[in-house]
Amino acid sequence: MVNSQTKELSVAAIRQGTVIDHITAGQALLIARILRLPMADKIVTIGLNLPSKLMHTKDLIKVEGRELSPEEANQVALFAPEATISIIRDYHTVKKFAVSLPENISGFIVCPNPKCITNNERMFSNFTVIAGQQIKVRCHYCEKIFRRDEINNFSL
Amino acid sequence: MPSTFKGRDVISISEFTKPDILAVLKKAAQLKKQPQPKLLEGYVLGSCFFEPSTRTRLSFETAMQRLGGRVVGFADPSVTSTKKGETLYDSIRIVSQYTDVIAMRHPLDGAARRATEASDKPIINGGDGANQHPTQTLLDLFTIQETQKKLENLSIAFVGDLKYGRTVHSLAQALTHFNARIYCVAPKNLQMPDYILDELKANKIKFSLHEKMSDILPKVDILYLTRIQEERFPDRMEYEQVKNIYRLTAQDLHGIKKNLRILHPLPRVNELATDVDASPHAYYFEQAHNGLYVREAVLAMVLGKL
Repeated sequence: MVNSQTKELSVAAIRQGTVIDHITAGQALLIARILRLPMADKIVTIGLNLPSKLMHTKDLIKVEGRELSPEEANQVALFAPEATISIIRDYHTVKKFAVSLPENISGFIVCPNPKCITNNERMFSNFTVIAGQQIKVRCHYCEKIFRRDEINNFSL
Repeated sequence: MPSTFKGRDVISISEFTKPDILAVLKKAAQLKKQPQPKLLEGYVLGSCFFEPSTRTRLSFETAMQRLGGRVVGFADPSVTSTKKGETLYDSIRIVSQYTDVIAMRHPLDGAARRATEASDKPIINGGDGANQHPTQTLLDLFTIQETQKKLENLSIAFVGDLKYGRTVHSLAQALTHFNARIYCVAPKNLQMPDYILDELKANKIKFSLHEKMSDILPKVDILYLTRIQEERFPDRMEYEQVKNIYRLTAQDLHGIKKNLRILHPLPRVNELATDVDASPHAYYFEQAHNGLYVREAVLAMVLGKL
């Protein structure tokens, strides 16, 4: 019952727009904010802790009337590395792709180093993504390296 | 090779390739041998010290003047608009319009990189918080080369505060180009951070961690002592426990290699007794002196004159 509802919510209900599926459970609200979805004049539906065969539980977001580009979608890859993006037109999936880690993440991550210049002057942060067994990011300014779980503050 | 350095910012030693480093050391050696008092005639250095510093500021300013250039700037941000709440970006943007090159120190990490966004003139980082101080690393390398007649395959011990010590981090990173054998001597809670050790591993640099200085003294070519920096400790009690843990005196200098030289970024507190100064192994004052030639070389190179 739950599964069929999920299916209906995630795909069938959308006429034109984007479905972000397989989001790591618990991350959907953050991702919606990173992509500035609440600020736009578009209908956004968010599903939390949905059952998933692959992931046990997952989150899901659908956005009516906006097509995310791979570059936009990749900005969330750090927080939802398994997310898939479906572009929907006339109720049909016309494009589907997995997110991939971008080289840089600019703007929304607050550098965890309180002595970093980015936390003391009005400016955007900028991080280089270091791919590896454990994904890390390096601040372009203070040069400090952080694990994903050390990043807890966002400027959104 | 003026073409690669002209207009270049000098922010982090990690951006220096091995040929870059060797080029600076070569030019510095030439300037030490043969002064060029007219090389930078007509050029103005902006000396922007948002945090107090004596050695670094004086050596940058002297370097500029000894090459015939002039200096404007400030040694204390309380005399500038910073006190009125001006951003670093605005301050640097203004100074860069008056000058040809800027040397700066700032208490915040990443400030020098930020300054490059405000300036179309080269920025030379003279220390940004606990982050980087590239000309210190270059003068350390210059001094090591001068005392050992080579940079490759040397045994180098870092002693003291290796956790918070900015100079040892940058020097260890730079030494990955020169196949060094590195000994890290520090109390457990002040050992070299993992990200530096990971970098050494990735570059196949042999290193080991020690708690006692006496274990490694007979083995090394360079003994690089550092001050335990009180101002970097979040916890005062932690500082009290370790502040006098290493102290090198003239008595300790037996059974050591003849070519051993003792370096220290200075200022020293208790870790380096004054009776060591008379030893032929002491080389820290010459090291500080070399800062002049290295900064002369960097200034002239980023201005495209060497």
